[in-house]
Amino acid sequence: MDTMAAIKQTFFQECEEQLVELESGLLALEDGTSEPDTINAVFRAVHSIKGGAGAFGLEQLVRFAHAFETALDLVRGGKLTATRAILKTMLSAADVLADLVRITREDGVADDAEITRMVQQLEAISHGGAAAAGSQPADAEPADDLDFVPIQISLADLIGAGPSGTRSFKIRFEPKTGFYARANEPLVMLREISRLGAMRVTCDQTRLPSLTELDPEGAYLAWEIHLDTESDESALRDIFEFVEFDCDISIEEKQVEADFDTDAFAQLMSLASGQTPPMAQPLEPRTEQIAAEIASRNESETANRKSDANKGFNQAGATIRVDLERVERLIDLVGELVINQAMLSQRVAEARIARSSALAMGLDELEQLSREIQDSVMAIRAQPVKPIFQRMSRVVREAADMTGKSVTLHCDGDSTEVDKTVIERLTDPLTHMIRNAIDHGIEKPEVRLAAGKPESGHIRLAAMHRSGRVVIEVSDDGGGINRERVRSAAIAKGLIEPEAQLSDEEIDNLIFLPGFSTAATVTDMSGRGVGMDVVKRSIQALGGRISIASTPGRGSTFVMSLPLTLAVLDGMIVSVADETLIVPLTAIVETLKPSTGDIYHMGGDSRVIRIRDTFVPLIDIGHVLGYRNKLADPQNCVVVLIDLEGHARRALLVDTIQGQRQVVIKSLEANYRRVDGIAAATILGDGRVALILDVDAVVENANGKAASSASESLDLDHDTHARAPQRAHDFATELEPEPVE
Amino acid sequence: MSEKVESSSSRELIAFRIDGREFCVDIMQVRDIRGWTPATPLPHSPAYVRGVINLRGAVLPVIDMATRLGFAPTEPTVRHVIMVTQVEQQIIGLLVDAVSDILTVTEADIQPTPDLASELAKTFVRGVLAIDGRMISLIALDHVLPAREALAA
Repeated sequence: MDTMAAIKQTFFQECEEQLVELESGLLALEDGTSEPDTINAVFRAVHSIKGGAGAFGLEQLVRFAHAFETALDLVRGGKLTATRAILKTMLSAADVLADLVRITREDGVADDAEITRMVQQLEAISHGGAAAAGSQPADAEPADDLDFVPIQISLADLIGAGPSGTRSFKIRFEPKTGFYARANEPLVMLREISRLGAMRVTCDQTRLPSLTELDPEGAYLAWEIHLDTESDESALRDIFEFVEFDCDISIEEKQVEADFDTDAFAQLMSLASGQTPPMAQPLEPRTEQIAAEIASRNESETANRKSDANKGFNQAGATIRVDLERVERLIDLVGELVINQAMLSQRVAEARIARSSALAMGLDELEQLSREIQDSVMAIRAQPVKPIFQRMSRVVREAADMTGKSVTLHCDGDSTEVDKTVIERLTDPLTHMIRNAIDHGIEKPEVRLAAGKPESGHIRLAAMHRSGRVVIEVSDDGGGINRERVRSAAIAKGLIEPEAQLSDEEIDNLIFLPGFSTAATVTDMSGRGVGMDVVKRSIQALGGRISIASTPGRGSTFVMSLPLTLAVLDGMIVSVADETLIVPLTAIVETLKPSTGDIYHMGGDSRVIRIRDTFVPLIDIGHVLGYRNKLADPQNCVVVLIDLEGHARRALLVDTIQGQRQVVIKSLEANYRRVDGIAAATILGDGRVALILDVDAVVENANGKAASSASESLDLDHDTHARAPQRAHDFATELEPEPVE
Repeated sequence: MSEKVESSSSRELIAFRIDGREFCVDIMQVRDIRGWTPATPLPHSPAYVRGVINLRGAVLPVIDMATRLGFAPTEPTVRHVIMVTQVEQQIIGLLVDAVSDILTVTEADIQPTPDLASELAKTFVRGVLAIDGRMISLIALDHVLPAREALAA
């Protein structure tokens, strides 16, 4: 039962891959970038799902896949032209198929009505296409067999029509190289056929070259099979169903008497065709032997052939499927190794061993090596963003249908690789951003035409690597953010003061505030419960940032910057009130030693520092985190200038800077819970735990503290829990500088 | 307060001392016992959370059981120990004065907590045991950590 469950698991994993293949193929057909082989790949994908589903007795899946396959087969055979409308139906069918696979996997019950509806649509396509092509409906194979009808009749005439019941078939089975490469075995095929009735096999070795020219991986043998059976042709076809791409098969039916001597018949046949009789009987043992040999060779060379076959058929490299748990275990272990190595280095340094000594040099090499191992292990988990981008095309289709807008999706850089854990947690934010873009961004077709834009809206999804992070952009060519409405909505919700002076950028950033929702534009789609604040929070939880740029009438662009992995981080190690903290390096702009004259008190605990003629709020980390009650004296401190989302800057006050290094990220939530202001933890060289600062959260906390402790209010203290846009705060402080107290 | 009696078969408990009093937990929950190592304090955490330590690559919180049970905070020395326990999916360190005993008892030996016990005691104490004239309180660890959802302000 366990083995069965494991096989089933593998089947569903493969289904996922087939579904991706299917969707990308259909999309390629739709935008005209398809290659001749694309339709075959699409067909194969559905066919494989059907095959696997059949093996597990998943009737609903088989039924649906069959209807889908039938329609695809007509396109493949050139009997049906894949028009836009047909491709649209097929893409919807692919969506339904994906749902069905998912539901089946979770042992759920699919909505039969929807499936039946889709099946009917597919059947309508099939029938329509077949009728248009003027040939027999649906099944392509019987149509091909019509060619053989005259032969059947003539044979029947020759030997006299026998009583029905037992039928006799002549089958020619000629495997190609791919047949063996996919670990198929002729012997198994033959055995299956023999189960249907009395069988005689002749091996055709005419194509067998001399030993010197023999390609060990080639396919040279063919078999002629005479079968007397009570089954019909479809039972025979079923045997070959999964290898039909990899071999040539012809099946002829001869109408003979039930007790007809097949040997005599064979001789009669050859006489009729003027050939010497085939020596069927003596060859038979050899046939078995050769088949067995081929089978054994198969086993030993399957691996090689499989990779070759993959190159030929899927253009994919050799891959292995590994349980994610194993990879995670490996990553954990390598993390330990890196920590251990750091501890060792520290001990050596403490022992005052010369840097030039063999020991220290050996340790340096070890460090290099552990870094490389770590990078390689991380690379195992790195995956291209393509699957998630592809999933977005479905989101676009559905959202466009729901809003009655016409939208196309364009993806760039979908081969950009990111850690699997990051990818997994990107789906929800991306889905919501795309829905938002279609719902609020892209205008109705008539509005677009009136504005001189193409009728169809355009959404671009792009991924790229930029300075050790991955940047993902979602842009639309819609109307851009309606700042008037956003502003009035924010005032109505009490998120900003009516008289607040906000720049365009600040207004745009208001949409990230919790509780912000432009009620007038809520539709059933974006009314699904999550707002942009949730998107922002989930991106932040990934250690990422999100910003927005919008041009009225031209569209909006959301830019997300994410870490490549959630396992390691480059950080600056700082000391604050005897504690060691890690500040993520990506946030840091510069570090500087403040001079007393540059610090200005703004009342309460608020201070700003002048850095080259701009005033930047100064945040005492030790104070915000509660490590000390009194504000630190900047004179004995170092300032770390950081960049927040939306390019706002803050100056963090720390005691000393110890250095920079890569640290392994350890979750605090695993054994404890989330801690405000802290992103995660790590283990230092001395074995102690150090906390990694969540820069944005610390700044928000500091805003709260400053607002609640300040004697006079700035612009946003009516609710200290409302996260006001940082820029708004900046702006106000810059505009109304208070005299030094 | 109704502790479900699983069976009358015996179970093993590990006893420890805090501020001269004795407590015990089920031995199956204890994964490791180690000497005190300084913990890294966590900002915005309740007073009974001493901080986090590194246990073979995992970061786990250390709870000062004295503070948690309402006694004076522990001043940890090298003689203090951290009992590493498993509570559901989480690993938690408990700072106690010393581990004193391993007890083998049956469910029948566990008496209900006396009614006059304080609210705090009711939260953690699942019953009391009379062993050699001493009173040992059986502690349930479910509520030792602060609730997950509630973030410290």
